[in-house]
Amino acid sequence: MSATAASRDVPGIYHKAGSLRAERRWAMWTAYASLIFAAIIFLAPPFYMLLTSFKTNAEIADHSLNPWLIRSPTFEHYAAILGNPIFIRFFINSVIVTGCVVVLTMVISVLAAFALARMRFWGSQVLATGVFLTYLVPDTLLFIPLYQIVGGLGLLNSVWGLVLVYPTLTVPFCTWIMIGYFASIPKELDEAALIDGANWMQMLMKIFVPVAMPGIIAATIFAFTVSWAAFVYPTAFVTTAEEMPLTIGVVSQLVRGDTFAWGQIMAGALMAALPPVIIYAFLMDYYIAGLTAGATKG
Amino acid sequence: MAADGTLAVTTAAGAGSGRATSLQRFARRRSTIAFLMTLPLLVVVVGLVGYPAAYGIYLSTLNRRMTAFMEGDWLPTGLGNFEILFGSDTFWMVVWQSCIFAISAVLLKALIGFWLAHMLHHIPTKGQRKWRGMLLVPWVIPPALSTLGWWWMFDPSYSSINWILNIFAVPSVPWLGEPWWARASVIIVNVWYGAPFFMIMYLAALKSVPEQLYEAAAIDGATSWQRLRYVTLPMMANIISITVLFSLIVTFANYDIVRVLTNGGPRDLTHVFASYAFQVGILSSNIPRGAAVSLFMFPILAVCAFFVLRGVTRRNKEQM
Repeated sequence: MSATAASRDVPGIYHKAGSLRAERRWAMWTAYASLIFAAIIFLAPPFYMLLTSFKTNAEIADHSLNPWLIRSPTFEHYAAILGNPIFIRFFINSVIVTGCVVVLTMVISVLAAFALARMRFWGSQVLATGVFLTYLVPDTLLFIPLYQIVGGLGLLNSVWGLVLVYPTLTVPFCTWIMIGYFASIPKELDEAALIDGANWMQMLMKIFVPVAMPGIIAATIFAFTVSWAAFVYPTAFVTTAEEMPLTIGVVSQLVRGDTFAWGQIMAGALMAALPPVIIYAFLMDYYIAGLTAGATKG
Repeated sequence: MAADGTLAVTTAAGAGSGRATSLQRFARRRSTIAFLMTLPLLVVVVGLVGYPAAYGIYLSTLNRRMTAFMEGDWLPTGLGNFEILFGSDTFWMVVWQSCIFAISAVLLKALIGFWLAHMLHHIPTKGQRKWRGMLLVPWVIPPALSTLGWWWMFDPSYSSINWILNIFAVPSVPWLGEPWWARASVIIVNVWYGAPFFMIMYLAALKSVPEQLYEAAAIDGATSWQRLRYVTLPMMANIISITVLFSLIVTFANYDIVRVLTNGGPRDLTHVFASYAFQVGILSSNIPRGAAVSLFMFPILAVCAFFVLRGVTRRNKEQM
């Protein structure tokens, strides 16, 4: 604001660089041009998937047609995929695994984050750092030993094996961002609660959880999207179709044979991607808060 | 903390042994509760990350028993797996491919993300939400599923990308058939998936740069390049390094895109550590050698993790 005022009062200074307004307009044009270009590239694959899922098989197979247009839209692929019991099975498996993992994750991480943020105890600092380091250990480093461990427990080819290992993906990050949210709650609130005679559990449930609700929502969304999209563990641990969650189910069971049923594959992939996209559409601000919290909080 | 300490003693009365003073009892009680609260976390961190990591190192020193490898009956051979890997051309190809893939993908993601964040920051605040929402879509779709869409777009005979290229009289590209094009395809998909994340991180960082700094720079007659070089970049340096290192870890360990798009082919030329470890360890059921392959990710991850942690700690200190 003061910059524009200054330029208006003393225009001579900005002579060399051209007028500020022209520069700004030029910047605006570049900005919109880049954003439009990026949006086209970023949205083209999902758009094309959507397009393919509505085409008839004949239209998909016709080389002479423009692949980016659609002539006779059809719902047959969606009807086929929804009528496919194995796809419904994948969906149920995904819901079971994700539901259990989200609940487990939130209980574990909220309790631990509260203890780590408020109750300084021996080793709490080390543990907080350890949690962050755990978050940086990728699943592809652990899946082979975990394959042996899960196999030893007899949980290969079972959704419960996935419920057991998914917390390695979700708990560290959720704990880390919850520590950040809890640490930002003013100490005066706990003191007030203690004066009123609250114990630690009441303090957590009646003060910390409600006050840190945005953080809890963000962490829940994170846990949900990560366990819904998890791919390495189910690919390694589950080979029977009945126990597969959606990601590996769509990739391995719908894609088979020599002639790919592209319309159905795309319809299946889009339906599988729908829950995270819906959550994102309605809770975008929380989603983004969770995304950026890792580096900006804590 | 002194205030809640003395007050909590009254509520904590009755617990503990008679010998300890009430203050000690309180401390013990509080740390007991804290320990119980962190116990599930400890189980996850130690039991599901620490123990498997150590177990993976142990596994990598074992020999492959052709029969009954699930029985846990191994012949120790020390570092035999590593010797075999070092002597294998495929393995060195995997090392190269992983490095090429991770470094170029992260660089591109960082540049595109920075550019888009900057552009997003320039447009009026009212429109930013809408654009941000649209541009983050690639990050929201589970990558295994969106890669299916890319796979279809790269299809040798039905490629819709080639169709567009052909309009501009560019010959069709054998996306997944030729080694270098296949490598490029994997990188393209990874950049497409990851650039929005960088954009969001950098946009958050850009918004946290105080406006006064730009005003001061403008008064001093700084050009837009100088504002970027001497105000924006130093203020964002920490978050840039954290994001780049973090993404380096994730990209280096990436599995799903390679698995869906090329599955390592053509001729094992697009394997990265994760997909090769999967192929060797799970699909060819040579668990120890697979564990050895995935352990090669560890050094670079450790270096990145060290610097990420340093960056995060420094950032926390700045904010305090």
